[in-house]
Amino acid sequence: MAAMNVPGFQDQLWGNGPSPGAVYNFPGIQMVLKLLSKFHQQRELCKYPTTTGTSVLGIKFDGGVLMAADTLGSYGSLARFREVSRLTAVGNNTVVGGSGDYADFQYLKSVLEQKVIDDACLNDGHGYTPKSIYSWLTRVMYYRRTRFDPLWNQVVVGGVHNGESFLGCVDKIGIAFEAPTISTGFGAYLAQPILRDALEKNPSMPLDQARQVITRCLQVLFYRDARSLNKSKKHLHGVSRVISRVMKNVLVKWNRQVTQQTLETEDSVPAGQQC
Amino acid sequence: MNSERPVQQYFSPYTFNGGTVLAVAGEDFSVIAADTRLSQGFAIHTRDSSKDVQTLCGKTNSTVLGCAGFHGDCLTLTKLITARLQMYEHEHGSKMSCPAIAQMLSTVLYYRRFFPYYTYNILAGLDNEGKGCVFSFDPVGSYERETYRAGGSASALLQPLLDNQIGFKNQQGATEVPLTKDKAVFLVKDVFTAAAERDIYTGDAVIISVITKDGVTEEAFPLRRD
Repeated sequence: MAAMNVPGFQDQLWGNGPSPGAVYNFPGIQMVLKLLSKFHQQRELCKYPTTTGTSVLGIKFDGGVLMAADTLGSYGSLARFREVSRLTAVGNNTVVGGSGDYADFQYLKSVLEQKVIDDACLNDGHGYTPKSIYSWLTRVMYYRRTRFDPLWNQVVVGGVHNGESFLGCVDKIGIAFEAPTISTGFGAYLAQPILRDALEKNPSMPLDQARQVITRCLQVLFYRDARSLNKSKKHLHGVSRVISRVMKNVLVKWNRQVTQQTLETEDSVPAGQQC
Repeated sequence: MNSERPVQQYFSPYTFNGGTVLAVAGEDFSVIAADTRLSQGFAIHTRDSSKDVQTLCGKTNSTVLGCAGFHGDCLTLTKLITARLQMYEHEHGSKMSCPAIAQMLSTVLYYRRFFPYYTYNILAGLDNEGKGCVFSFDPVGSYERETYRAGGSASALLQPLLDNQIGFKNQQGATEVPLTKDKAVFLVKDVFTAAAERDIYTGDAVIISVITKDGVTEEAFPLRRD
């Protein structure tokens, strides 16, 4: 006991060690344990989509990108919300469209909106491009899937920057790619072949033709995709123009064959609002 | 977990996006090739995913990485490796050699041992003596230097073919002539055409990179698109 008063003498044999019979507490172990338990409880933790949107379509035309999505928010098989916007403008050269969970899409939308505001406040003459938005989204989506807390969306990014059009897609586990035609959801099976075929026949198609083929795709989707609606939004990117939107009803006739004639007349009459 | 109850699987952090990578090392060159198809299930996302092969270094002493498997991990891994190479260059004032990149890639892969990058990587370049070198990896970072290797979705189809044609395995009375650059490129085109016939995850086009002391030359060769 006298030895304890000697300066510099360690009375404990192993200061940082565990108490007898206990396990050593490594630094950072709590974080590892938390992540591990997350991994094991993933079924409780990660949500599944509730209110969902179906396909988003996109095609590059000569001098821009055309994107379209219908306005239905489905709650399972219930057509719950009939007029939601699944396309959103980010800055003045990019449009982001989302299929999958609508709440997650709204979250992404709000984050993107704030990012654009923050960026505008810097006033440094630089801004986001479609490609930079896409690149940011790939990281966010991949990060969230790695945390087992995914944003349940397939996001389509389109836009024009310096005369160059961009069309890309990111999904909920971080798969990302660029392509001249993109369709998500059921559209991957029903619309993508139509879009690819049209583009292959006319690689630099004018806007009119792009609009026609997209309308055709929306029509086909409405016929066969039970989670779709005959009302849609289209976003258009001109070479140096701000986006213009057209909201309209896709004309559907169940009782007879749809001919090219009906498609064209229907396309030239944009019903609904414009902003 | 109750095993008697049917379990619905809600979320899987992985998927398989296909893609085949192939690399061959010669005396003073190496060839690496990968197809450009990006698919998921029966859908083809894009026919032009040239990101499968990433040129890692600049003009001199170049190394090329081929990456197949889960595309999300491929993107993340190549992004990380590119950043690490840039950091190395700023720190040391020289480019990383191919064997050094191989060791680093192994470490990076093993770091995620318990939540792995689902990627099949093949690295091709020139070693410190200027000889062609190929490194192949498994998803968790085990690696080996080889003279030829196929990885990814059609690897099981291509590897035995390469064993026969480059390794002269199972041949009687064959004279083992050293592989030339032209022969290697010809062979790569040939085996990729064969793979595209049998593997639905391989097709559209193959990008072939030839690495010599003068740098990297890239060539695209069309494959069947169905």
